[in-house]
Amino acid sequence: MEYLNLVFEEVYKILFLLVPVLVSVAMIVWLDRRVWAFVQKRQGPNVVGPFGLLQSLADALKYIFKEIIIPASSNKIIFILAPIITMTLALIAWAVIPFGEDQVLANINVGILYIFAVSSLGVYGIIMGGWASNSKYPFLGSIRSAAQMVSYEVSIGIIIINVLLCVGSLNLSDIVLAQQNIWFIIPLFPMFVIFFISALAETNRPPFDLPEAEAELVAGYQTEYSGMMYAMFWLGEYANILLMCALGSILFLGGWLSPIDIYPFNMIPGAIWLILKILLLFILFALVKAVVPRYRYDQLMRLGWKIFLPFSLTYVVLTASYLFYFNLLPKL
Amino acid sequence: MKITRFLKTIFMVDFATGLLIALREMFKTKKTINYPFEKGKISPRFRGEHALRRYPNGEERCIACKLCEAVCPAQAITIESAERSDGSRKTTRYDIDMMKCIYCGLCEESCPVDAIVQGPNFEFSTETREELYYTKEKLLDNGDRWENILAANIKSDNPYR
Repeated sequence: MEYLNLVFEEVYKILFLLVPVLVSVAMIVWLDRRVWAFVQKRQGPNVVGPFGLLQSLADALKYIFKEIIIPASSNKIIFILAPIITMTLALIAWAVIPFGEDQVLANINVGILYIFAVSSLGVYGIIMGGWASNSKYPFLGSIRSAAQMVSYEVSIGIIIINVLLCVGSLNLSDIVLAQQNIWFIIPLFPMFVIFFISALAETNRPPFDLPEAEAELVAGYQTEYSGMMYAMFWLGEYANILLMCALGSILFLGGWLSPIDIYPFNMIPGAIWLILKILLLFILFALVKAVVPRYRYDQLMRLGWKIFLPFSLTYVVLTASYLFYFNLLPKL
Repeated sequence: MKITRFLKTIFMVDFATGLLIALREMFKTKKTINYPFEKGKISPRFRGEHALRRYPNGEERCIACKLCEAVCPAQAITIESAERSDGSRKTTRYDIDMMKCIYCGLCEESCPVDAIVQGPNFEFSTETREELYYTKEKLLDNGDRWENILAANIKSDNPYR
């Protein structure tokens, strides 16, 4: 009986995290389309619900009632598994995101490694989807996407090392608490910029949306998918984007901390600050989508390996020597 | 020259400019309209759904001269005529296949009595093909429904014909 209670408690906690995440994913799709439309002086989705807020809900409903088409020549098990894996991996990474001093589902000591590992696994969903479709465009799309995500993960990893050097802990809550005096965006601003761009590439957002470059690859790895399976790829993609925004705000923008530690600001609960920061980053994501054209594939690889990697490596050396010279290295 | 370009690339000047422009454009008035709820203005010459008009006394204008049938480049119009008891020639059949029609406006142009006209209505999509084979009754009905606007349009466009 006691065991059952424990299980239920955990399930409640998980639901309490997952439902808001999924709802905000739906809202974020709306926000994305709306920002994109506004930059192009269109109105965007504004019919369903107030300001069109329920548009994603209507879309989801449509997806649910659509037929799921499984190509005859596909590998059916892997084909069905791929979107499930993408979405699951995008959601389980949220377990370690802290929304406040002790508002975190799993306060594990290697939180950042966990996120890194899970988001690396996300490539598998895409590779599996592209491979199992047994069709040329999904295959090409998934190859591209795998190469892209792997190469930008390297630079993200090195950027995270920069932050970890200043913190001395892999725990996400510790990372936030280390920013009480100064947010890492100020001393590590170039790293923040590179992190942001790498996050764009990591989540296959424009200008790095080569895996689904509609001009060349129809829809990339999603080409053969329809109905709810397509919607799950979408959910996974946007959950990943939100996760990257959350990671960015935790690593560089001080997570749940308020910008200034004075009376009216530090009364607002930390979760709201975190959400505001995530929203800010996401609006930047959406603006970038509207502003920049798509990269060519070789340019993408050049940017990742020849510019970001050496630059962030140099910055690691600089940060480390600065901290060492002024004896600021965190005490372990 | 090369150095300025290098610095521009490093500090992403062009990108930042683009972002600022995007931010500025976001708050300008929208160029699109809320279509089903508000509609764009259309010209009096607009060539939309067809209609057969009547004289104010209720007599139909069409005299079955078949000029429209002859001029129709898509051959969408079919007319059959017969002599009526009062000796006037009237149509017994006036069909327009709205799927063949290319909305060129030549029928309206050729009509000597302003009987067949193209009105301002462009929202007449249907769920079956059969509904788009317009008969004389349907066209006359359209004429009765849109008469006010049709008459006003013809009048306002008259000086330019």
